[in-house]
Amino acid sequence: MDIHEYQAKELLTKFGVPIPRGGLAYSPEQATYRASELGGPVVVKAQIHSGARGKAGGVKLCRNEREIEEAAESMLGRKLVTHQTGPAGKLVSRLYIEEATNIDREIYLGFVMDRAAERIVVVASAAGGMDIEEISATQPDTIIRVQVDPAVGMQQFQAREIAFGLGVDPEIVNKIVPAIMGAYRAFRDLDAMMVEINPLVITKEKQVLALDAKMSFDENALFRRPHIAELRDKSQEDPRETYASDRGLSYVGLDGDIGCIVNGAGLAMATLDMIKLAGGEPANFLDIGGGASPERVTKSFRAVLRDKNVRAILVNVFAGINRCDWVAKGVVDAVKELNITMPIVVRLAGTNVEEGRKIIDTSGLTVISAETLAEAAKKAVEATKKAA
Amino acid sequence: MAIFINEKTPILIQGFTGRIGTFHAQEMIDYGSNVVGGVTPGKGGTSHLGRPVFNTVKGAVDETGAEASIVFVPPPFAADAIMEAADAGIKYCVCITDGIPAQDMIRVKRYMRRYKKESRMVLTGPNCAGTISPGKAMLGIMPGHIYLPGRVGIVGRSGTLGYEAAEQLKALGIGVSTSVGIGGDPINGSSHRDVLEAFEADPETDAVLMIGEIGGPQEAEAGMFAKEHMKKPVIAYIAGLSAPKGRRMGHAGAIVSAFGESAAEKVEILKGCGVTIAPTPSEMGSTVAQVLGQVRKVA
Repeated sequence: MDIHEYQAKELLTKFGVPIPRGGLAYSPEQATYRASELGGPVVVKAQIHSGARGKAGGVKLCRNEREIEEAAESMLGRKLVTHQTGPAGKLVSRLYIEEATNIDREIYLGFVMDRAAERIVVVASAAGGMDIEEISATQPDTIIRVQVDPAVGMQQFQAREIAFGLGVDPEIVNKIVPAIMGAYRAFRDLDAMMVEINPLVITKEKQVLALDAKMSFDENALFRRPHIAELRDKSQEDPRETYASDRGLSYVGLDGDIGCIVNGAGLAMATLDMIKLAGGEPANFLDIGGGASPERVTKSFRAVLRDKNVRAILVNVFAGINRCDWVAKGVVDAVKELNITMPIVVRLAGTNVEEGRKIIDTSGLTVISAETLAEAAKKAVEATKKAA
Repeated sequence: MAIFINEKTPILIQGFTGRIGTFHAQEMIDYGSNVVGGVTPGKGGTSHLGRPVFNTVKGAVDETGAEASIVFVPPPFAADAIMEAADAGIKYCVCITDGIPAQDMIRVKRYMRRYKKESRMVLTGPNCAGTISPGKAMLGIMPGHIYLPGRVGIVGRSGTLGYEAAEQLKALGIGVSTSVGIGGDPINGSSHRDVLEAFEADPETDAVLMIGEIGGPQEAEAGMFAKEHMKKPVIAYIAGLSAPKGRRMGHAGAIVSAFGESAAEKVEILKGCGVTIAPTPSEMGSTVAQVLGQVRKVA
C-alpha cells in the first residue's frame, strides 16, 4: 500500500527524520495562506501516488502569492500523468506547501526488503535526485549497500559507515546518522516494504532535511498497523481495483477486452499469458481464491463487468478441494442473475469435471465450454473478435 | 524414497481443531498420511478426529515422535507456530497460511539459523498448497487424486498451476515422485534451488518440473544451481509473461521490481543455464514428456 509524500513525512519526522516546514492545502486560497504562515519562497507539490512529479509539472517553486495561486490552480482537480502513473494519470486533490530549501548536496537514501538477502537493506548514493534505476545505470560505483541483521537491528556504526561513505563533512555525519537510524526504525516498526528519501539534502546552512519521501507498506501487516491502514487514499487507485479489493477479491486492471475469472494467482497469470499467446488482450487479472464458492463466482462476475471494455469473459477454475459441478452451478446462477449476454467461455478441471461440464452444456445458456487451457483461450479470443 | 515425506512420516497438525485444520487433516488421513496428532494451545488432553490434541509442539513430539508438521494457524500467530515447530525438533514443516507479514518471515528465517544446517528444520511455504508424495503421503491441501505416482519431481510457487501441471502429466501417463509448493510470498522457507537440490539427491526422481513466476531472484538462482550441480534434467515454466511491471499479481511476491525479475528475463536466464522451457502453460506436461523421451533414448 502506497501513501502520499506528506503522510510519509509526518510518519518519518516522528522517528527523528528532519523535514522542511510545510502544510496541506485543498484550494488555491489555502495554498497562499499556508505560504504566508511559512514566509519566504515555497514549493507547491501535488500529492499523488507517483514519483517523477517534477517533470510532469507537479512541483513548482513559487516566489509570490500570484505564482502560488497559479501553481495551485494548474494542479488541483487535474490528473497528473507521469511515467509511473500510466496514461490515465492520477487525480490531484491536495497540495503540500513547503518552505523552499537552499540545497548544497543531494543524497539518495532508500530502504528495501531484499528478497535475496531476506533482510532489510539500506541503499545510499551520493548521486541523489535521480531515481535509483538511473543511478544504477549511470553511476553504479556511487551506490552503498548495507544489510541489517534482523536479530539486533541496525547499528549506529552502520549508519556512520554510510555517512562517511557518502563523503559528507564530519560535522554533518552527526546529523545524518540520526536521520538514517530514524528512517530504519520507521521501516521496521511500521512494517514498511519500502522507504525512499530522495533527495536527502544538506542545505547551505548545513542542515540535513528529507526533501521528498515515499513509503510503501506490507498489506499482510496492516491488521496490526491500523493507523497506517487509515492512510489509504482510494482516489489514487484504479476504481475497478478498489471495488474488487473491497470485496476481498485479488484484482489487477489491465487494458484488454477479455475479462478473466480464475482460481489461484499462478493459474490466473498463466491464463493471461495463454490469452496473449492466442492473440487476445486480457482486461484483468482476477484470483477468486482457492475456495471458488458460488457466491465468490457471482462477486467476481460483478467485478469484471464493471470494466466497460470487457467483451467476453473467460472462467478458468481448477477445482481442488471443491467440486466442478458446484462451481458450474455458481457460473450458471451468476449468468442468470446478472443477465449476462456477452460470450462466456468456461474451462473446468479437477474434481467432478464431467458433472460440471454437463451442467454448463445443458444450462440452455450460450456458455461455451472448453476442456484445456489452450482451447479456452482460443475460444475466448475468437468470441471477442466476433463480438467486436 | 521421494523427498521430505513418505507413508511412514509421523505428521502433526498445527491449528488442528479449527475449521480449516479439521477439514484438511481429515483429507490427509483419508489419503493415507500418517497423522499422529495435533496442536491447539488450550485444548491439550482432548481428542480430535481420533487423534490426541496437545498444548505445545514439544509435548506432541515427545509423546508421538512426530517428524513433520503442517501449519494452519492464522497469519498473526503463524510465524510463532513455525518457530515453535523448529524448536521442538520437527524436521519438515509446511506452512499453508496466506498473509503472514514479511518481517515476521525475516524473523523466522533468522531464528532458524540458530540450529546447525544438519539439524535445522526444512520449511516450505508459507502461502502454498503443501507437499505430496503421490501414493504415499499428502501434507497439504491439494486434491490428491490428480497426482499419479511416478518419477518426476515438481516444485512450484502456485497451488492451482501446480495442479494443472500434475493433471497434464497424468493425462500423458507420467507420474510424480513428490510435488512441493514453495508458496507465493516474497520471503519463504525453501527456495526453488533448495528443492532442486533435494530432488537431485533423490534416487526416485528422474527429472524436475519447476513452475516459477515473476518477481524475486529464486528462479535464476535455481537455474545456476541446475547448470553447475545437477545431472537430472530440469524443465521450467514461468508464469506472468503478460504481467505489467510494478504491479502485484495476486501473490505477495509476484511483482517485478528489479532487473531480471520479469518472466521474459527469467526465461532467458534459464535457457542460458540449459533448462528446457515449456513455452506455454498448456505444454508443461508435453515438454516434460519430450525431455523424458530424450533421456530414455540416450540411456
